[in-house]
Amino acid sequence: MTVVETGARTSVGPRIGENAPRPDGVPKVTGGFAFSSDLHHDRMLWGATLRSPHPAARIGGLDTSPALAIDGVHAVLTHEDVPGSPTFGLEHCDQPVLAGDVVRYEGEPVAVVAADHPDTARRALAAIVVDWQPTEPLVDPALAETADPIHPDGNVIRRIHLRHGDQSAADRDDLVSVEGTYEVGMQDQAFLGPESGMAVPDDDGGVDLYVATQWLHVDRDQVAACLDLPHEKVRLTLAGVGGAFGAREDLSLHVHLCLLALRTGRPVKMSYGREESFHGHVHRHPARMWYRHHATTDGDLVRVEAHLLLDGGAYASSSSAVIANATCFAAGPYMVPSVEIEGVVVRTDNPPCGAMRGFGAVQTCFAHEAQMDRLAAALNMDPVALRLRNALEPGDRLATGQVIAGTLPVAEVIRACAGHPSAALGSDEPMARPGGAGRTADAQHVVRGEAVAVGFKNLMFSEGFDDSSAARCVLHHGVATITCACAEVGQGFVTLARQIAGEVLGVDEVVLAPVETTSIGSAGSTSASRQTWMSGGAVQLACETVRRELLAAVSATHGVSIDDLVLVDGRIVSLAGDLDLSLEELTVEPVEAEVVHRHAPTSPLDGDGQGDAHVSFAVSAHRAIVDVDPDLGLVKVVELTTAQDVGRVLHPLQALGQLEGGAAQGVGLAVMEEVQVTNGRIRNASFTDYLIPTALDMPPLEVAALIEQPEPGAPFGAKGIGEPPSISSTAAVAAAVRDATGLALPRVPIRPSDICLGDNALTAEVIA
Amino acid sequence: MTSVDGFSLSINGHNRSVVDAVAGESLLFVLRERLGLAGSKNACEEGECGSCTVRLDGETVCSCLVLAEAAAGREVVTIEGLGSEGDLSDVQQAFLDAGAVQCGFCTPGLLMAVDALLDDDSKPDDLTVREAISGNLCRCTGYGRILDAVDRAAAARQAEATP
Repeated sequence: MTVVETGARTSVGPRIGENAPRPDGVPKVTGGFAFSSDLHHDRMLWGATLRSPHPAARIGGLDTSPALAIDGVHAVLTHEDVPGSPTFGLEHCDQPVLAGDVVRYEGEPVAVVAADHPDTARRALAAIVVDWQPTEPLVDPALAETADPIHPDGNVIRRIHLRHGDQSAADRDDLVSVEGTYEVGMQDQAFLGPESGMAVPDDDGGVDLYVATQWLHVDRDQVAACLDLPHEKVRLTLAGVGGAFGAREDLSLHVHLCLLALRTGRPVKMSYGREESFHGHVHRHPARMWYRHHATTDGDLVRVEAHLLLDGGAYASSSSAVIANATCFAAGPYMVPSVEIEGVVVRTDNPPCGAMRGFGAVQTCFAHEAQMDRLAAALNMDPVALRLRNALEPGDRLATGQVIAGTLPVAEVIRACAGHPSAALGSDEPMARPGGAGRTADAQHVVRGEAVAVGFKNLMFSEGFDDSSAARCVLHHGVATITCACAEVGQGFVTLARQIAGEVLGVDEVVLAPVETTSIGSAGSTSASRQTWMSGGAVQLACETVRRELLAAVSATHGVSIDDLVLVDGRIVSLAGDLDLSLEELTVEPVEAEVVHRHAPTSPLDGDGQGDAHVSFAVSAHRAIVDVDPDLGLVKVVELTTAQDVGRVLHPLQALGQLEGGAAQGVGLAVMEEVQVTNGRIRNASFTDYLIPTALDMPPLEVAALIEQPEPGAPFGAKGIGEPPSISSTAAVAAAVRDATGLALPRVPIRPSDICLGDNALTAEVIA
Repeated sequence: MTSVDGFSLSINGHNRSVVDAVAGESLLFVLRERLGLAGSKNACEEGECGSCTVRLDGETVCSCLVLAEAAAGREVVTIEGLGSEGDLSDVQQAFLDAGAVQCGFCTPGLLMAVDALLDDDSKPDDLTVREAISGNLCRCTGYGRILDAVDRAAAARQAEATP
């Protein structure tokens, strides 16, 4: 069978800060790279999932016998066939592997089948008889707290009441106050590679699962619990991952595949179609956010109050951490002496929501930046000047009371971005106007707008989570082999890992061992902008340990001080020039080290949302220039400019790719992307109806500056860079459309009707 | 299920027999599941994302929308026919050099679309390129490095043509 090739030996020259080639690049351009949907086994069966057509229903009965009677069907399994824990979950174990008596969202898995052909499997699903007894779904998050609980764990997943500073600070009559309510729709990660994988049973009752995921070990733990198997009998290997963006943090088909493989004794493959994928993973939380800002007439922020309501959908997923982020960063990267934020995430019968790039900070950035523009207008002040005046600096306190101990160049990114010259021109090309092909705007009616927005978030996991990554380095015959369970999802960790090892050990040949659960401990999740720091740091530490051991041995043998020895180009040489030893010969016997890398510990939030809950922060700014056709309500983003706090650039091209890709997802949320849910049902579960930016929609991204202020504790000073680009970009584009139209536009995505019908059109829409 | 009579396809210059197909299978399914050519990807299977793009008698098509039997008697070129390790095409090399590959799922389809574009237009301007690849969705890159790769490939192809 095909397994992902991660062990290819290729020579690398480039080190940290240079554009090393991707080790998976050649297979990816030749079609040879095995994604999880490309897995094949000669004896394999096809799995498929029966999903609830109702957002809320009781299951009166379920008859699988007609499905089993179909020729070619090998197994039909229900909740009764789950031998271990009936539920799973990242933070709360509240989601059924297969629904039993009730379903709580449209698309909830109810039964799974294994058959000889995908069409046979689909016919088997259709033959299963279910006595559906639909009930009234709870779809308005505002009613969730008072409604009857739809789950034994209740409808409030988490509430945080953050209070910081003098709570009566705004009780004076010489302040300027602005107030607004903002909404963010449900965004989909829309990775290109659908959920897929293959489970292969072994002879001793265990199972091998090849799957696309962001975090192998936490999947393994949940799968093993549901299968009632010890960890060593459930072995996960990373199959090629076609993008993730948060949607692969939760289990999807993992347990189903293993159940089917163990029942049939055959390898089973499952691959979701696009429609099923929309139902098969969590989305970005829709949010409704009320804000009130108070400032002096000079523009100093005095107090920010907010109430955040996030719709978590039917199951908890990572909602608890998302609402913590939303709450902690609700005031934006500004110095605010008095803060009160109530953040609540509730359970409804809407699609479950969880992790997506930016993780809670995207929603609040949209709101706090709209508020800053509104405040600037009320103060008759330049919005960039207002932001600079209140910009957080290292040494300042966040709303959580935490002092910023590392770097955080807020003013620097604002200045660089806002001050960057624009190359945006008007265009006579109809294709370049709002609407593009087919619905081109009348050039005379097009109005242009421009705005700047700033956003920030935490890097790594927070609130006392024991976050770590394990790595092993073996240097043998001068070749370094790195073992780490970090999930490569496209971001390029495979490139960085080889650069880091090459940098530390002075070798060109660095081999990456297959990524799986039996050979090494957890690397943690490829999320929270954490893998460069955590797994990059683990690789660095493992290689440095090997390096020290080698140098100590050479020092002892040759009587040269360690300080006088360097590793370069596969050799250990003395600075005096009297020693020159080949690493290939020195490592005839392998030298190896295995480490677990941790960041500095964090604390939980206390009852007032206070505490040193976060490790580090990163900030970015975007300036958007847009053209708007007010007649048709269409927006063309003409130019985006960004500046970002990166600590240090490890790979310039990959860094640029993160900035461009993140900005594209931000543009999408600003003007086109929304999972439209009506009464609990997704109306646009396809790429025909859920629009993501194409090459015609995306403007060029101008990078005004990558601010390199090395972050203490981070490998080579490098911060994670994946999430900030998707945080401030949405807010900037929305603000530019406001600038062009003069409309309040308190909701993203901005729909054509929001522009055509003006602000009157906005109030009736319910988050759903 | 209804089996269909065997048919053969001309793929990347080779005749391939398809003997066990089920009626209604798409060219994409037959390529991936019956002929072992998994380079063409299945991201939407309704012709929106371009991940399954192949060339059929030179024209780019979404192979998910083509009935496999309908491709009989026509020349099919897939990503596997574009170039191989050690013998990469100009477009493949440009994608690597430009940093246009992240997760790589959209990459095969984009490579086919760009290859066809440059066959038709050796010096496409920015809007022409954007329109030509607007049927290929990419979620990782935001298209910036891909557009740069197209520029590089166009320059390489011109340099090749005018020695």
